[in-house]
Amino acid sequence: MKQIRAVVRKEWTDMLRNKLVFYVIVFVPLLMLAIPVVMLLVMRMAPVNPQDLEEMQGVLKNPIFAEMDSLEALQSVMASNMMVLFLMMPLMVPVTVASYSIVGEKVTRSLEPLLATPITTTRLLVAKGFAAAAPGIAMTWVCYALFLAAARLLAVSDRVFGVFVNPMWLVAMFVLAPLMTVMAVMVGVIVSSRVSDPRAAEQLGALILLPLMVLFIGAMSGFIMLNSATFWISSAIVAIADVALVYLGTALFQRETILTRWK
Amino acid sequence: MIRTEALCKTFQADKHEVKAVDGLNLDVNPGEVFGFLGPNGAGKTTTVRMLACLIAPSAGRAWVNGLEIGKSNLAIQASVGILTESPGLYERLSARYNLEIFAELYGVKDVKGQVEKYLRLLGLWDRRDAEAGTFSKGMKQKLAIARALLHEPPVVFLDEPTAALDPEAAKTVRDFIETLRGQGRTIFLCTHNLDEAERLCDRIGVFRQRLIAVDTPDALRRQLFGRQTVVSLTPMPEGAAQAEKLAGIVRRLPFVQHVTVLDDSMGSNTDTRGGYKLVISLDDPALRNPTIVQTLVAQGAQIRFVNELRHSLEDVYLSLMHNGAGPASKL
Repeated sequence: MKQIRAVVRKEWTDMLRNKLVFYVIVFVPLLMLAIPVVMLLVMRMAPVNPQDLEEMQGVLKNPIFAEMDSLEALQSVMASNMMVLFLMMPLMVPVTVASYSIVGEKVTRSLEPLLATPITTTRLLVAKGFAAAAPGIAMTWVCYALFLAAARLLAVSDRVFGVFVNPMWLVAMFVLAPLMTVMAVMVGVIVSSRVSDPRAAEQLGALILLPLMVLFIGAMSGFIMLNSATFWISSAIVAIADVALVYLGTALFQRETILTRWK
Repeated sequence: MIRTEALCKTFQADKHEVKAVDGLNLDVNPGEVFGFLGPNGAGKTTTVRMLACLIAPSAGRAWVNGLEIGKSNLAIQASVGILTESPGLYERLSARYNLEIFAELYGVKDVKGQVEKYLRLLGLWDRRDAEAGTFSKGMKQKLAIARALLHEPPVVFLDEPTAALDPEAAKTVRDFIETLRGQGRTIFLCTHNLDEAERLCDRIGVFRQRLIAVDTPDALRRQLFGRQTVVSLTPMPEGAAQAEKLAGIVRRLPFVQHVTVLDDSMGSNTDTRGGYKLVISLDDPALRNPTIVQTLVAQGAQIRFVNELRHSLEDVYLSLMHNGAGPASKL
C-alpha cells in the first residue's frame, strides 16, 4: 500500500508540474462543460423553431421527453445530447495521463530505476492506473455538479432539470463513466508499453472515443434510444471489456520488452 | 555475494538471435569492488540488468546475496542498489522528493532521516528543494547514487558512474565509491574508465559477451607481461655496443628470462635521456634486482635508476581484447 501511495503521490505531483498535462486535466473538461451550459442558455432565450422540432421527431419518441412542451423537449434533448461530452471527459484525461505516465518515463529514462525497486507489476499498474483515472473521474463529477448547478438556474422547468438527474444520467455518470475511465487507462497502458513517443500514445489512445461517438450519433439520429437500460447494458459491456483489458494490459506490460525496446 | 553459472542472455533482432551474454561464470566476494570492463555493446549493462532482476536470463543461473534470480526477485531487488547508465530522475520534482519516493518504494523505515543523510553525504542538502532538472550532470549523478543507497543495500551495481562527468565531479563520485568500500558493501562497477578501475577495483573482469579474464589488475599484468625491471644507465663512451655487452652479461644470469636494450637518447624523461635502458624480464624483481645491480656495477656500468616496469591497465585491457586470455588467466 505504501508503494502504491508513493507512486500515486509522485504521479500527481509530476502531473501538476507538467503544464500540458495539467491543462488537459483542468481546462479541457471546463471547456467541454461550457458547451451544454451555453446550449441551455441559448435554448432558454431563443424562440423554438418548429423545423428543429420536426427534425428531432425520432429522439422525441423517447418516453423521457413525454408530456413536455416543445421548449422543454428541445432544451432537454439538446442538453441530453451533450451527455457525450461528460462521458468523453473521463476518457481524455486518463489517456493523456497514462500515455505520459509510462511513455514519458521511458523517454526520461526514469522507468528503469523505478522497475529496479521491489514493486510488483500489478502494484505499479494499479498505482499508475489509479493516478491516471482518479483526476479524470473527479473532474467529470465536478463538471457534472457544475452542470447541474447551471441547469438549476437555466432549465425552463423542473421537468427539464429532472431529466439531468434521472437514472439514465446517474448511471452514465456514476457507473459508465468510471468503467470507461478504467478502459481508457488500460488502453493508455497498452499503447504506452508499445510505442516510444507520448504524443503517439496519446493519439492512439484517443481512438477509444470512437465507440462513444457511434453511440451518440446513433442516439442523435434516432437509431438508438438512450435510457437507463441502454446505459446499464453499455456499462456491462464496458465492464467485461475492462476485465479483458486489465488482463491484457498486465500481460503486455513486460518489463524486459519496455527496457530493451526503448532505444 | 554475486555468483553466476553459465549465465546467458539472447535477444531477438531482425529475425535472428543475438547473444548479449554467453555463458558467464563469475564469483564476486562480499565487500569486494569488482570492475566489469568491456567495450560498448559487450553486454555489461545486460548483465547488470539480469543481476538486478530487471530482465530474465535466457539460460544459466545466478545468485545475488544468496538469493537466486528468478526465484526471489523482489527480495533481491530489495537488497541491491542500482545506478543505471542514465540518472533517470524525475526532473520536475525536487531532489528531496526524488529520494523520498524511492525510500518509500524500498520500504525504508525512516524516510526523512535517510533522505537527509544521503543528501548531506553527497553535498546536495543545500539544493534539496531545487528541481532535479536544474542540476548539473555531476549533481544528477550524485542524486542517482543517493537514490541507489537509500535502503542501505549490501550489493550495489554502478553502471558507468563517472561517464560524462567533469574531472571534479568524477573525483567526488570516485571518493564516494571508496567510502562505500569502507562500509563493506559489495560493489559491481561497470566502467570504460580503466584508470578508475585501477584505482577502485580489488579485481576486474574483462568481458565481451564472455568473460575473457578475471583477477586483480596486478595479477593480470603478471599473467600477460610477466615481471620486468628497467635499469637506466648513464651515457657510455662506447654507446650501443657497450649497452649490448652489458645486456649479454645480464642475460647469462640464471633467473633472467629476457633482456631488451632501449636507446633513451630521445626519451621523454629528462632524468634518463641520453643513456640506455635495459628492460629485464625476471621471476622475482625484489629478490633478484640486487644481484643484477651488483653484476652491472662490477662491469663498470653507472646506474641512474632501477624501477619495476608497470604496464598500464590499458595495456592489459587492450592485450586481452586483441589477443584473448593468456594461458595463465583465471577463467
